[in-house]
Amino acid sequence: MCDTCGCNITDGNRHLIEGDGKLAQTASGKEAISVLQGLLSANDHAAAHNREHFNRHAVLAVNLMSSPGSGKTRLLEETITALGDELRVAVVEGDLETENDAQRIRDKGVEAVQITTGTACHLDAHMVHDALHQLDLDAVDILFIENVGNLVCPASFDLGQHRNITLLSVTEGDDKPAKYPVMFRAADLMLISKSDLLAVLDDFSPQKAERHLRELASPAPVYTLSARSGDGLADWLDWLRREHTAALERTARGDTVRPAIQADGQPLHAHAHDHGHHSHD
Amino acid sequence: MHELAVCQGLMGQVEQIARRENAERITRILLSIGPLSGVEATLLKDAFPIAAAGTVAEDADLAIEEQAVRVKCLSCGAESEASANRLLCAACGDYRTRLVSGDEMLLMSVELERRESA
Repeated sequence: MCDTCGCNITDGNRHLIEGDGKLAQTASGKEAISVLQGLLSANDHAAAHNREHFNRHAVLAVNLMSSPGSGKTRLLEETITALGDELRVAVVEGDLETENDAQRIRDKGVEAVQITTGTACHLDAHMVHDALHQLDLDAVDILFIENVGNLVCPASFDLGQHRNITLLSVTEGDDKPAKYPVMFRAADLMLISKSDLLAVLDDFSPQKAERHLRELASPAPVYTLSARSGDGLADWLDWLRREHTAALERTARGDTVRPAIQADGQPLHAHAHDHGHHSHD
Repeated sequence: MHELAVCQGLMGQVEQIARRENAERITRILLSIGPLSGVEATLLKDAFPIAAAGTVAEDADLAIEEQAVRVKCLSCGAESEASANRLLCAACGDYRTRLVSGDEMLLMSVELERRESA
């Protein structure tokens, strides 16, 4: 969210500060100070700082979000194997407790920093900033931030990432985008995971899941894949390659990009990046 | 349940304003919250006394202006009300819409009493 240029003043709240709006004058004789600042401005400031780090080091930063158990770590394991020496990966792992996920990533020969949040249900930009100090970003092409498994809270905290990915496994309901609109609206890409189980879970329809996503006014591409069988991984890897190339070009231009919806008060999806081979119907 | 974290962020901002304005007390805080912000107004109100305890805003009234979800259609141009999980144009049904309001999570204003001798 931007707190300096006035873009926080939207069509929805403009009436409050104009004319005899509630903020135009004091109500009770006490002094009212108009602020119009995002409630997470300290976090957003730290996130902007992280994003500058990523841009300076030409790193693509990707935030992975989903319910617990939808296969984020497994997807990362297979992604690391598939990319091999092509792109250098590092991972920041967020969990309430244990180093287990970071250890699984390290077993793949990739650097991983575990953030244990204790009782906190989400990562914030400060936690990620501290983790970055443990990584040599010059040796990284793509940084994955595996957020705490939770479809609610992580969506509200900008970490400085360039792209948000939301996983929806076929063991969940295909109406999850309708149940958790804030989370799924934040996705630049939705991955339907564990597709190898579709044969036995016939109540999950990838088409319905995509329709629920579209109803959130999201043009994000949807890929169906299975880390276990390898089906559909090619589309995902191509997306990563395209996004990484775009990140290099941005660094060369001194430009940056944020996840699709996080520029508060600005037109949704006004950015012109290629959403890939996907038809909106 | 990240409302406490959000409230703690709010207190940081409010205390900063109080210092800048040489305020003795904050009497009222007005927020603007939309359903697509990811925070619940009622949970914010519950978390507020915990975050505000011992601060200049300890006795402040937390007022929350809840915003409606409104979208503008990129296809036909109509502006309409929508629900949080169905952001379609009410006029033509197209999903390509832009959110006009509904994702606000803003500190709008604070009402304060200044110290006598500034």
